[in-house]
Amino acid sequence: MEAEELRLDGNAAAGILSEVLVPDVTTARARCAGCGAMREMGALLVYPHGMGIVIRCPSCDAVILRIARTRTQLLLDLSGATLLVIPR
Amino acid sequence: MATRGVSSGIAETRETIAWRLATVVDIVTETPRARTLVLDVPGWLGHRAGQHVDVRLTAEDGYQAERSYSIASAPEDPRIALTVQRLDDGEVSPYLTDVLRAGDRLELRGPIGGYFVWTVGLGGPLLVVAGGSGIVPLMAMLRHRAIALATANMQTRHVVPARLLYSARRWGDVFYRDELARLAEHDETLEVTFTLTHEAPPGWTGFQRRIDRMMLAEVAWPPAERPHVFVCGPTPMVEAAAAALVELGHDAAGLKTERFGPTGGAT
Repeated sequence: MEAEELRLDGNAAAGILSEVLVPDVTTARARCAGCGAMREMGALLVYPHGMGIVIRCPSCDAVILRIARTRTQLLLDLSGATLLVIPR
Repeated sequence: MATRGVSSGIAETRETIAWRLATVVDIVTETPRARTLVLDVPGWLGHRAGQHVDVRLTAEDGYQAERSYSIASAPEDPRIALTVQRLDDGEVSPYLTDVLRAGDRLELRGPIGGYFVWTVGLGGPLLVVAGGSGIVPLMAMLRHRAIALATANMQTRHVVPARLLYSARRWGDVFYRDELARLAEHDETLEVTFTLTHEAPPGWTGFQRRIDRMMLAEVAWPPAERPHVFVCGPTPMVEAAAAALVELGHDAAGLKTERFGPTGGAT
């Protein structure tokens, strides 16, 4: 299967991200460390895999966020986002 | 004191996405491969049209599988409905469509996702474009709209006209056929258009191809009307439709997509 057919939207990541961030992260905005584009999380691209997900920027394809779940831990890599703005 | 107030506020909002045990109260066959699960969810705090839930199955050895399913029911409905299409090699959907019975319990959390949502209060016009089972969250929007407008005055009705373009492989794969026909029949501000990509019944006069730019130019509101646009379906369909809408002049920022992934291929 082509990788692009596995591509989903930020919405698909909302459940797992609610475990570490806020209940609804899809309306939070993230700034891409690669190109500086600022978008709502729901508009980013999600690539699910066995352990978790990778979220990429639709403008430049850079990885913005990775989250993985093991039996005992949740691992969150936010190094691809220079800013996260979460509505209160 | 302020700190305590803040932390208790966070605890309250976090509660909304806790895992809950739902009870299946009814199962409705939609197509040979799809069923609607009507669920009673104790403590459910309501949802907005377009949101989804995560469903979690736990095997006897503790192995867990988790999938997202869109809510098909209107927020006004006290019970939530999920329409699930069976994927033959799926880990979760065959259990939901073939094994689960009324009275059974199901673990879920939600509602999830405030991005792909529409309420009558956001106004219109509303354009919803569905591919296959991508109709599910869009149906929640149309059901919500129908209920909200039933009690509204004429002026409001004309402020939120809606159009649905729904692509399915064949007529027998179309979810909610009778209800969509009924909704459109009683509402002159709702237009429903189907396209059948694989096989059409005798006498079919509608579209018989995948959603493309020409079809969208014919069915969609002109960009100048600034419609709220929601596209949901398998990833290739969503990306083709979204690209065509942008080519037609629709603002990419006003266009929201929900890709279902490779759920059964071309529609």
